[in-house]
Amino acid sequence: MSIIVSAKDLNLYYGAFQALIDVCLDIPEKEITALIGPSGCGKSTFLKTLNRMNDLIPGVKITGELTYHGENIYNGGLDVTVLRKNIGMVFQKPNPFPMSIYDNIAYGPRLHGKLKKAALDDLVERSLKGAVLWDEVKDRLKKSAMGLSGGQQQRLCIARALSVEPDVLLMDEPTSALDPASTAKIEDLMSELKKNYTVVIVTHNMQQAARISDRTAFFLVGVLVEVGQTNDVFSIPRDKRTEDYISGRFG
Amino acid sequence: MKAKAAVERIMGSVFFVCGMVTIVAVLGITAYLIISGIPAIREIGLVDFLFGQVWQSTASEPLFGIMPFILTSVYGTLGACLIGVPVGLMTAVFLAKVASPKVAAVVNTAVELLAGIPSVVYGLIGMIVLVPAVMRFFQLKNGTSLFAAIIVLAVMILPSIISVARTALVSVPGEYEEASFALGATKMETIFRVSIPAAKSGIAAGIVLGIGRAIGEAMAVMMVAGNVANMPELFKSVSFLTTAITKEMAYAPTGSLRQQALFSIALVLYVFIMLINTILNAFLKRREKP
Repeated sequence: MSIIVSAKDLNLYYGAFQALIDVCLDIPEKEITALIGPSGCGKSTFLKTLNRMNDLIPGVKITGELTYHGENIYNGGLDVTVLRKNIGMVFQKPNPFPMSIYDNIAYGPRLHGKLKKAALDDLVERSLKGAVLWDEVKDRLKKSAMGLSGGQQQRLCIARALSVEPDVLLMDEPTSALDPASTAKIEDLMSELKKNYTVVIVTHNMQQAARISDRTAFFLVGVLVEVGQTNDVFSIPRDKRTEDYISGRFG
Repeated sequence: MKAKAAVERIMGSVFFVCGMVTIVAVLGITAYLIISGIPAIREIGLVDFLFGQVWQSTASEPLFGIMPFILTSVYGTLGACLIGVPVGLMTAVFLAKVASPKVAAVVNTAVELLAGIPSVVYGLIGMIVLVPAVMRFFQLKNGTSLFAAIIVLAVMILPSIISVARTALVSVPGEYEEASFALGATKMETIFRVSIPAAKSGIAAGIVLGIGRAIGEAMAVMMVAGNVANMPELFKSVSFLTTAITKEMAYAPTGSLRQQALFSIALVLYVFIMLINTILNAFLKRREKP
């Protein structure tokens, strides 16, 4: 399988604090990679280096190499807006824009070029279908997205991320603010998504990681302790710390 | 125990009385304006009064048409908004989203100072600096004009627009902006397509507040507008609703139709302000709901 994103000796500092220490991690295409670990272990920080959302925080310094399709993400000449179009993101808390459902989905495509109305309609429908939300909202596309339930809002955010046709989808604890039924729907959706997208998901929930991911990476205080096939990591962890964490001894 | 209960009761009524002072003042002013404003309108006729284009209160056959004042106030306010709203909104965006904290603090202090300057000072500077400048620049005989008033009003409404719009922009949840960045939007795209639309009811409230300030302003306008009851033209001396009252009140004999007509102008102005306040409240209410 081909590697789409690759980190080599990646270090990240928030001012004097080092949040990532020599992380080396390859992310294979069209698989779900789960990043697990206790709070503050650097898993979310790592996720945000992939689409350079850390750029928004002042005082961040990054060393080492992080490539996407072989190109260094932190190369000065790289266009961040293009990178973020290709590497989409879904956040912990559903964050639809305070606009209509339609405009939420159309937002990204409108940024990146002018589309005819029919083409845009089509793209909105495809994106919503991709996030299994179409049937629930097709009759109220012009209504505000704020009127949707939390689970629907999160699927809307996934549809919004899909609308700019990315190939990698980053998910930062996408179900932690949702009820179990909505969580199950999103998990089903993720196994659909990996047919067409590479998914990297940060999760606090180890059962979730075990259920949905192909590979699991375990982070602890900024260090990538172990990465491997999810089954292996959960059944025969190589590192004592991984074993302690997944068996619930800490975290 | 008894003493405590008595204090509670007394303080309760003190607060109640203080609260009532405002209500009584508002009701009193409203009632007074209606009572003293209606007779002249009755005598002149509502249509002639509101739509009459000539105000000649001192002629032997006086005419009391206030259309020149109404239009001047409306045009003056719109003109001030035309300049003040874009500048104010952009300043608010700058303060809320672009400027570094240090620069924002300096600009913010300036905005607060601008809000604190008494209107007579605006008028004075307008009279001494702006009016001669307008005269020279546009080669007029006389610089006192609607144009000069618009410039002064535009500056005067800046603080209201800036501070309300800034607050609205600051309170736009960061998640909206993050989502926009994550879709590949630039900072400016995010500001114009997400932050400003999300803050729009707050921004509108700021604009309406500015409109209220502009339409009610008398002193500064009086000093730069020339106070002639002309139908409004940009480079002519004009008289606003407010200045029509201030200019003539001292000379109108008590109980005369002329004086009563001035009360009627005040009533019209009051109706305008009430309308603006109603609109403002509607915006503020909309803002509370998500």
